[in-house]
Amino acid sequence: MGAAPASRDVTSYGMGLAAPLALFFLLFFVAPLLQLFWLSLHNDTAGLHWGLGQYLHFLTDPFSLGVLGSTLLLGAEVTAVCLVLGFPIAWLYQRVGPKLQTVIILIVLLPLLTSVVVRTFAWIVILGRQGIINATLQSLGVIDTPLKLLYTQFGVVIALAQVQMPLMTLPLITALGRIDPNLDDASCSLGAGSWRTFFRIVLPLSLPGVIAGCTLTYAAAITAFITQSLVGGGQMLFMPMYLYQQASTLQNWPFAAAISIIFLLAVLAVVSVFTTLGRLSRGYGGA
Amino acid sequence: MAEAQGGRSLVVDAVTHRYPSGALAVENINLDIKGGEIIALLGPSGCGKTTLLRIIAGFIAQTQGRIIIGDDIVDALPPNKRAVGIVFQNYALFPHLSISENVAYGLAARGVDKAARQREAQRLLELVQLPTMAERLPRQLSGGQQQRVALARALAIKPSILLLDEPFAALDKNLRLDMQIEVKRLQRVSGITTLIVTHDQEEALSMADRVAVLSHGKLEQFGSPSDVYDRPQTLFVNTFVGSTNRMPGIVVSADRTAAKVRLDAGAEIIARPAAGTLTEGGRVTVCIRPEHLQFVGDETGFAGVVGMSLPLGATVVHEVTTADGSGVKISEARIGETRALESGAAVRLAPLAPSLANAFPATL
Ligand SMILES: Nc1ncnc2c1ncn2[C@@H]1O[C@H](COP(=O)(O)OP(=O)(O)OP(=O)(O)O)[C@@H](O)[C@H]1O
Ligand SMILES: [Mg+2]
Repeated sequence: MGAAPASRDVTSYGMGLAAPLALFFLLFFVAPLLQLFWLSLHNDTAGLHWGLGQYLHFLTDPFSLGVLGSTLLLGAEVTAVCLVLGFPIAWLYQRVGPKLQTVIILIVLLPLLTSVVVRTFAWIVILGRQGIINATLQSLGVIDTPLKLLYTQFGVVIALAQVQMPLMTLPLITALGRIDPNLDDASCSLGAGSWRTFFRIVLPLSLPGVIAGCTLTYAAAITAFITQSLVGGGQMLFMPMYLYQQASTLQNWPFAAAISIIFLLAVLAVVSVFTTLGRLSRGYGGA
Repeated sequence: MAEAQGGRSLVVDAVTHRYPSGALAVENINLDIKGGEIIALLGPSGCGKTTLLRIIAGFIAQTQGRIIIGDDIVDALPPNKRAVGIVFQNYALFPHLSISENVAYGLAARGVDKAARQREAQRLLELVQLPTMAERLPRQLSGGQQQRVALARALAIKPSILLLDEPFAALDKNLRLDMQIEVKRLQRVSGITTLIVTHDQEEALSMADRVAVLSHGKLEQFGSPSDVYDRPQTLFVNTFVGSTNRMPGIVVSADRTAAKVRLDAGAEIIARPAAGTLTEGGRVTVCIRPEHLQFVGDETGFAGVVGMSLPLGATVVHEVTTADGSGVKISEARIGETRALESGAAVRLAPLAPSLANAFPATL
């Protein structure tokens, strides 16, 4: 491409301009992380013995592994729900007039305009024993005794899905918007019905957006401390709360630090799977 | 070749389309196209060409009128049931599918099995002279090659009508000529009724059996290239197709086949009334193409002063200022030694023949 001289110009600005951000990261991200790692290498709370004892403890403890597993599973479930509900919204967005587009964007963004705490309490009101769902079902005579919705996996997944929905929908809207609408028409004129067009053309071409949305939603869902603990309650324990208990309540800082590092690595592993998938599908997006 | 199936006829019957926004894009268009014809839809930007094409393909449901393909009224059929092949201006190849998958896409939708599909795709790629590109992705092809693939993909479903929306607009001049010849060759081979949308008049005149000229959503003229060029029915057609000199004047006397017009430039000439009899004493615009003017030595014709002379290869164009101050262009074939016309030289001009000057009632 003829863009070569232009891009050389850009690089000639040097890395200096990135220095403030680099410094910020160094001070407030890398340094605490190193400190965390250093802390996790203590075998006791007093910091007298060094070693990998905390990691060994976590990795051999079925309870801890269970918490890690259920947290990763929770992320997968929330991501799946967001994808299944978010895709049609994004698809619709590209096919309605500008007025309805504004309405859809507003609905998608609305959750971001209220605090997570407020939204989570709203879910408690909706899902509780005397909450909106149970009250409605009972008055309709569908059920006799209230369903247990709050403090269940189901409740946490639904609440988290609503809270994280914008993170899925926005990348999807962008990805679908980048698909040439003529491709739809071309597919149709070649004799393909709507379903074939969707699965052969629209879905593969929106893959970069799907992967971006999934990565964001997943990362946000498994670390969503407030929603997880308020809707999940005492019985459901996920990594952020587990970590908090170890650090704050039990004052077991080295173990909490090890949990953080392990959690971080687990999240990184999942996210890198997504990004690898993203790189494989990059061929689709452009062109 | 196997394609030859005799294209089906296409009738556009009193089609009007108004977009929901209120824009009247197409107004009462009637086209009667025979099977196997190549038709060009010619018109300036925004005149409704794409809209008409999309109505025929079934992407837009027209507000009024009917589309009839062969013996069937197809208005109720969705695009995927119309068997209309369409090549988009930007080609609209599927970027994530290989060239052969692109070409085979329509066959897959029809449930043709994989081996047969690949064989047919290969055969079509050979037809468009790209047999070695089957495994590439669209973006690894040049614009002209993508164009051929889009054509092969549209032909794969053996459409009864082929629609091309500004198919050559993005190609440079040489490639455009190659592709025009190529498309015409493929069309002759397959006999598919073909509609080409273009705003390039040379393309329309050179490729089409008949040309439909549109302006502001209305059909101005539908006729053979020579009809449109030599016997334009409206002032718009005369000025849009080819270049022309517009000379105002007053009708001295007129009947159905000829009118004597006194030009403001100062001469009486005989012109052809292009659209019905002209009223005596009425103002008219006479259109004479630069190549239909000649220098005359006697006192006939109108006087003028040569401004600039532009040698354009095979022809030389002289700009002449007439007595009423308007500019007139005259082009001369460059035969042997062309006489050099000096700027400022006084000359007299006249049309080559009365039938080559078209008179239209002046619109005020
Ligand atoms: N989706 C639409 N909604 C409203 N008006 C439209 C729409 N598409 C086209 N128009 C209007 O209809 C008219 C005809 O448009 P059309 O695209 O058919 O023109 P065209 O002849 O293909 O022009 P071009 O040569 O620039 O492609 C234009 O005035 C345009 O503004
Ligand atoms: Mg157009």
